[in-house]
Parts: sequence; C-alpha cells; structure tokens
Amino acid sequence: MTPDLECVNLTKTFDTTKAVDDVSFQVPAGSFFSILGPSGCGKTTIMRMIAGFLDPTSGDIQIKGKSVLDIAPNKRPVNMVFQHLALFPMMNIGDNIGYGLRRAGASKTEIAIKVDEVLERIGLPGIAARKVDQLSGGQKQRVAIARCMVLEPDVLLLDEPLGALDLKLREHMKIELKSLQSAFDTTFVYITHDQSEALVMSDQVAVMNEGRFEQLGTARELYYDPKTPFVAGFVGDSNRWSGTVDAASGDEVRIKTASGVSLTGSTSGTGLSKGDQAQVFVRPEAIRVALDTDGISAFENRIAGTVSSLLFNGANSRVLVRDDASGGEIDVALPQSGEFAALTKGAPLHIGWNAGQATCFAAGDK
Amino acid sequence: MRAETRLGFFLLLTPLLLWLTLLIIIPHIDMFLISIRERVAVRTYETGFANYLTFFTEPLYLVTFMRTALMSVLATVMTLIIAFPVSYYIAKIAKGRLQSALFLLCLVPFWVSELVRTFGWMILLRETGIFSNLLQFIGIVDGPVEMLYNDTAMMVGLIYTSMLFMVVPLVTTLESLDDSVIEAGYDLGGNAITVTREIVIPHATPGIVSGCIVVFMLSLGNYLTPTMLGGKESLWFTELIYSQFIVRFNWELGAAFGFLLLGLSSFIVWIALRLTGQTLEKTMG
Repeated sequence: MTPDLECVNLTKTFDTTKAVDDVSFQVPAGSFFSILGPSGCGKTTIMRMIAGFLDPTSGDIQIKGKSVLDIAPNKRPVNMVFQHLALFPMMNIGDNIGYGLRRAGASKTEIAIKVDEVLERIGLPGIAARKVDQLSGGQKQRVAIARCMVLEPDVLLLDEPLGALDLKLREHMKIELKSLQSAFDTTFVYITHDQSEALVMSDQVAVMNEGRFEQLGTARELYYDPKTPFVAGFVGDSNRWSGTVDAASGDEVRIKTASGVSLTGSTSGTGLSKGDQAQVFVRPEAIRVALDTDGISAFENRIAGTVSSLLFNGANSRVLVRDDASGGEIDVALPQSGEFAALTKGAPLHIGWNAGQATCFAAGDK
Repeated sequence: MRAETRLGFFLLLTPLLLWLTLLIIIPHIDMFLISIRERVAVRTYETGFANYLTFFTEPLYLVTFMRTALMSVLATVMTLIIAFPVSYYIAKIAKGRLQSALFLLCLVPFWVSELVRTFGWMILLRETGIFSNLLQFIGIVDGPVEMLYNDTAMMVGLIYTSMLFMVVPLVTTLESLDDSVIEAGYDLGGNAITVTREIVIPHATPGIVSGCIVVFMLSLGNYLTPTMLGGKESLWFTELIYSQFIVRFNWELGAAFGFLLLGLSSFIVWIALRLTGQTLEKTMG
C-alpha cells in the first residue's frame, strides 16, 4: 500500500545552515506520526515544506505516491493546524469552517450541511453563529481541526497546537486529539517539543535533532531502546555518567567513571571495546530503592548513599541520592507504595539497577 | 489624601480644558455668532441666516462646495488604493532593516514643509520643468507642455501630501495581523484575491477607516495644494473662505462657509462610518 506521505532525502538549507539534512520517512495511511525535537531542530521547517510554504533545497515530498513539489500550498491535499490555531477572528465559527469549502466552490446549502456535520463530529453542535473569542481554548482547538477536516485532506499537519493551552487542558486534549484522529481516520503528522504529547498519541515517533532524524520508532522503542545518546537523554529523564570502558564482554560492559564509580551496562549493539570513552544512561524509574542492601542484592549495580533532597510531586515524586563513595547525585523515582513515606533528608538509602537498564554509548557521538 | 488626588486630577485636566475652551469652543461660538450676523447698513447688524442663504442661492459657491467634497473623496480613495499595497509590503513582506528603511522613506518627505514639497511638484510639472523638458528631449512632444494648474496636478499633490497619514494607520493594523492567519487562508485553498478580500481587508478595516477619515479631512481643509497646483478651474472651497475673510473682508459670509465645511466633513465621515459598520472609538482607539 502506498504511504499517505513520503519524504525522500528532504534537505533544506538556509544560507549556510542546514535546517533539514537528508531526512527520509514514510507515514502509512491513517496513522498518527509525530516529529519530536527541541526547538530549532528543523521540525517546523519540515512541516512548512510539506504544507508548501517552503521549497526544499533538494529531495522530494510525495502524497499518496505523487510528488507535490510543483503544487502551490492552496492546492495541496494537506491542511495545517497552526501553533496559535490562526482561526479567522473576523468571521464566526461557521464561516471559519466554511472558508475552505467556499474556496473550493461548494454551494451554500452544501457548506451549511457540511459545517453542521463537522461541528457535530467534534462535539460542538450549534455553535456556528458564535464568534471566535467566545470559545474556550479547547473548543478553539477542536474548531481549528474541524476547519481542516471538513476539506477531507489526505494529511493533516499539526504544528504544536497544544502549546498555548494550560496543563490540565493539554492532558485532556491529548486524549481528545487521538480520538478525533481515529474518528476522522486521517493521517496526522504532529510536531512537538513535548515528549509526553508525542509518546501518548503517536503510532510512530521520529526524534529529530540538528536537522536529522536520530531515531524513528514506536514510543515504546524510543523509551526502552534508544539508539543514540540524544534519544536516551531527550525521551524520558536519565541519569548520566561518563567514563572509560574497563572491560567488555559481548553486550555487557564495565565502565569506570572519573570519580571512581564502577558501573555495568549494556551496549545495545553499539560495539564498545576496552579503553573507549563511554556514556551511561539510567532512567530514574528503572532504579530500585531499598532501605538495606538485601533489597538490591539481585542487581549488578549497587550504590549506597544518603538522601540529599526529596522532591515531592505526587505520583512523580523523586529523591536525589548522594553516592557515598563518589559524591555524585543520582535522580531516583520514589515508589508510592507507602514503604518510603517516612523517608527524610539525610537518611541512608540503597539503590541498584540491572545492567540491562543502563544503556551505554560511545562518548564521541554526544 | 482624597482631596490631594482630586487636586492632581484637576491640575492634569486643566491644559486639556484650556485647549478645548480657548482654541476650539470659544472660537467656534464666536464664528457661529459672526455667521448669523447680517449687515444691513454700515456698522448696523441684524441676526438672521442671510449668509447661509447667500451660499445656497449663488451657484458658484454651491458648485465649489460639492466639487471640493467629491474631489476630496476621490483623493481619499486614490490614496487608499496606492497606500494599501505599499503598507502591506512594509508590514508583511519586508523584514528587519528593509522594513524600517521603507517606513522611514515614507516619513522623510514630511521633514520639509508642505510649501517646499508642493513647490517640488511645480518644478517637475511646470512648462519649463523637468518632465516637460524630458518629453521634448526624448522627442515625444514638439513644444513645452504645461502640466500644472489642472485637476490632475492638484490631485497628485493632494495624494502626495496625505500619503503618510494613510500609510501609518494601515501599517499598524496590518502588522497586528498574525502571519499564520494569512498562511491559514492560503493553506485552506484561498488565493491572493480571496485572502485579501476575506482576511486582510476585514482585519485592516479600522485602519482603513481611520486613515481615510484623516486623509479626507486633510484634503477637504487643504488650502496650499489647490492654490499652488490647481488652476483657475480647480477652485477649492477653502479658497472661497480665504477670499471672504482676507480679500473681501466679509467675515460674516466666511464664517458661514466655515460652518458649512465643518458640517459637510462631519456628515461625510458619519456616512463613511455607517457604511463600514465602524465606530469612531474603534477606529481611533
């Protein structure tokens, strides 16, 4: 089956900087694809090239197997939900949604029927006569999507549309966007710098950095099996050590850090050998906490430390543990099972993790 | 404490009140009193509307009055047509230093007095002027061409004089239009014409209306440009007022003309606001 959207060796150069550097990907029909990256990584440039507002320096963009490079933005079968939604403040909601249909030359009755239909689908029937500024943030969001979906585009582009919403509403809209996507059964391409948005909603996520795709995979793959140090550091939180490889056997390596801590980790096929400089990433939530050494005896990595601070944040509470031997601080997720409720600053704590949870990369590639 | 704030409030208000009463209200009341004064004999006056009646019975006054109004409307419309693309380019297409440079270029002519600027046009357009000589040099015409002292020259002068007062409000309102709203207009299938008609112009309406009001009033009340560039045929209503006051010492009729002009400009502005569905607060605030 032809993918809905395919980018082939897409490159965009501004003056001397490469904003997008040889990016290729396919988005299968009906899927939710996200591009996740820090600001300035080139994700908006990709989006604008797909929408037609920028011409690629080289490479091709295909929609349903046909190149769209020669097609102007107003003729492309893609529509875009803008970062600040860009609803037309001079029109009411009905005219906003009907705008594209009017451009396509639909008749007045047809427009009225379709506008009512799409308002019904986004769960806001009967608001066609309202003004844009009479809607709440979440309603505007849905209207912006409806305004595009009424045109039945092959691909819907979403440029960080949740950025302007407050946290509670953003959490709610994540779920809603996903269900709107399956309701409309349209391919969504979503760009964001917020990893939780990308991980929760997407079928596939591409992590982008400095104009290149670092890794493309499902949310699970990115989280559990990062292929580059950037992905390991960007997706989820990580504790990070750097040191020298002391011993390597198969997938398992021993790394000695500058402060003298010895850690065991897995290379996940990146091929580290003795003497190499390496980085180790361990997720706070992959670390087991125990009050005595017995609780962590099964793990390859064991550290005895003291609590240097408690960061209470409900279910996401953390504890910073100071390693007694090296003095380094380790970020550890605190289980909320009640066992550690009495933990105070300065209390001794034992922490440990499996070699498999510590991902190692050669230090050269950042 | 409260007495002090009230004192401060009145002190701050005083310049405004002085300005309003001394420079606007009192002169207008006096003007009105003069305008309803009829001279029946030397130094004897009666109250009545004879001056206003003179205006309506003398065709020259009435024709000049209507002509001035129509030409001012025309000058306003043409200024808008020329200024809109210029403003759009400055506000939306030019970026960074080019943007400020272009805006400055619109401002630069206003650093010299209106008299000098109008004289600049005379140098260009007169019989022995630059354009006339250039046309003869190229060989398009045989003899000198007089381009001054007609309606076209006057119109050119009026538009040139009021350009800035249209560009400034337009640039300000157009700058406040989010680029992504224009992009969304294109993204959803619009072309340059429909985006301009449905998105840019509705957004810019307050700026268009306030620019038009200012330009219209400046044109209607302009004295210098019609006098210098317009010919004998292109009589402007302000010239009539001037001649009543200064040349003929008929202050009574001059004052009546002044009031009629005030009424006319207020009426046309009111019509324009009604037609565009704008209010004065919305366009000036």
